[in-house]
Amino acid sequence: MIPAAFEYVRAGSAEEAISLIAQHGDEAKFLAGGHSLVPLMKLRLAQPSVLIDIGRVSDLSYVTDTGDHIAIGALTRHLDVETSPIVLEHAPLLAHATSNVGDPQVRHRGTIGGSLAHADPASDLPATTLALGATYVVQGPNGTREIPAGSFYEGYLTSVLDADEMLTEIRVPKMNGAGWSFQKFNRRAQDWAIVGVAAWRNGSEASVALVNMASVPVLATSVGSAIASGASIEDAAAQAAVEADPQADLNASVEYRQHLARVLTRRALEEASA
Amino acid sequence: MEISITVNGQVVSADVEPRTLLVQFIRDNAGLTGTNIGCDTSSCGACSIHLDGEAVKSCTVLAAQADGGSVTTIEGMASSDGTLHPMQQAFMEHHGLQCGYCTPGMVMAATSLLNENPSATEEDIRIGLEGNLCRCTGYHNIVQAVLSCTKS
Repeated sequence: MIPAAFEYVRAGSAEEAISLIAQHGDEAKFLAGGHSLVPLMKLRLAQPSVLIDIGRVSDLSYVTDTGDHIAIGALTRHLDVETSPIVLEHAPLLAHATSNVGDPQVRHRGTIGGSLAHADPASDLPATTLALGATYVVQGPNGTREIPAGSFYEGYLTSVLDADEMLTEIRVPKMNGAGWSFQKFNRRAQDWAIVGVAAWRNGSEASVALVNMASVPVLATSVGSAIASGASIEDAAAQAAVEADPQADLNASVEYRQHLARVLTRRALEEASA
Repeated sequence: MEISITVNGQVVSADVEPRTLLVQFIRDNAGLTGTNIGCDTSSCGACSIHLDGEAVKSCTVLAAQADGGSVTTIEGMASSDGTLHPMQQAFMEHHGLQCGYCTPGMVMAATSLLNENPSATEEDIRIGLEGNLCRCTGYHNIVQAVLSCTKS
C-alpha cells in the first residue's frame, strides 16, 4: 500500500515548521515519527497534500526536571521517554505506559507529541497524561499557550490544536511516590487496548483515566471522588464507567467494555494501593 | 526528490517520489530483496531493518525520512567473507525458522534487542519480539536462538 501523492518539506525548527504550515494551509500535516500518520496515509484514510517533516527538529527532544514537574519535548521518542531516568523516577506511570506503546520498532520512531496530537482515544498516552494531570504546551504564529490534557481532546482524532499550531512540550507533575498502575487489555501483544486504565493513588487522592472508552480519553472522576470519600476499592471501581461513552466494535460490545473498565480499574487501584 | 541512504555501507542515491516507503527504496532502488513486505501495516515485522543502528519497520518509514541515514538489511549482516552473523548462525543451529518469511525481520529485530539489552532473559526476548509475527508459529526455536546469543 502506497500513500496518495504529496509534497514533502522538511522543517529545521519549530518556528520554521509553523511558518511552513501557515503557508500551506489546511491540507498540510506535520510528520513527526510517522507511526500514526503514515499507516493512515497508506490506507488512504488521510491524504494530506503537503507533509511538513519535523522529525529532525532535535531541540524538541528532551526530558528535563523543572522542580515540581518534568518537561518532555514533543519530539522525544517513546524509547527515550521509557528509558529516561527522570521519567522513571518522577513519572513511573508514564514510563511504563510508554513501554506498552506498539512494539520496540514502533518505539524507536514514534514520539510522545505525535501520539498525543494524533488524539486517538485507543492510544495509551492520551489517557496516561490525563490521569497525571499533564499540561500540553502548544506553539503557534502568535506565541505559545498551555492546554490542560483534560481540555485538549475534542473527539475521535480531533483536538483543540489549530491548523497552524504545533505541540511542543508536555509538562507532567511529579508523582511524588504515589502508587500507580497501567492496565492494558488486548488480544495480541502489540495491539491497541480494547480497554486500558492508567491510575495513581496517594492515600485518599486518586486519579483514573480510561483508554478506548469514548471518542476521547476519559477521566473517571467518580472513581477519584469515591476514593476521596473513603469508599473501598471495590465500590470505587464500580463507578469506573460512569463518565465513559464507549462504542461497540468487532472486539467488544458496549457492555463488555463497561465491564472491562470496572474490572481493570479495580485491578489498577489494588496495584496502586499496594 | 533526490535522496541518499547508506545501505549496508554503500551509498544509494535515487530520485524518488516523496511517498516512496523505505522498504520500496531498499527493494527497488537498492535492489536488495531480502527485506520482505508482509502485512504492510506495521504489524508483522517482516520488513524490519536497522536505521541508524535501531530496528524499525521499513514499511512505515518514508524513504525521505531516512535521507542521509544509514540502513542495515539482512544482506549486510554476514561478513564479506561469507561468515554468518552470530544471530544468523544461531537461527540456523536452533532451527529458528520454518518457511523463512519472517526470518530476515526476526534477525534484525533480535540483534537490535540484544544491542539494547545484551543479557536479555527469555521473557525479555519474548516481549522484545512482540512486533514480529511468525505465521508458522515457530516462536520456541526463534527464542532459543536469540537466547543463545545473550551474554548470560
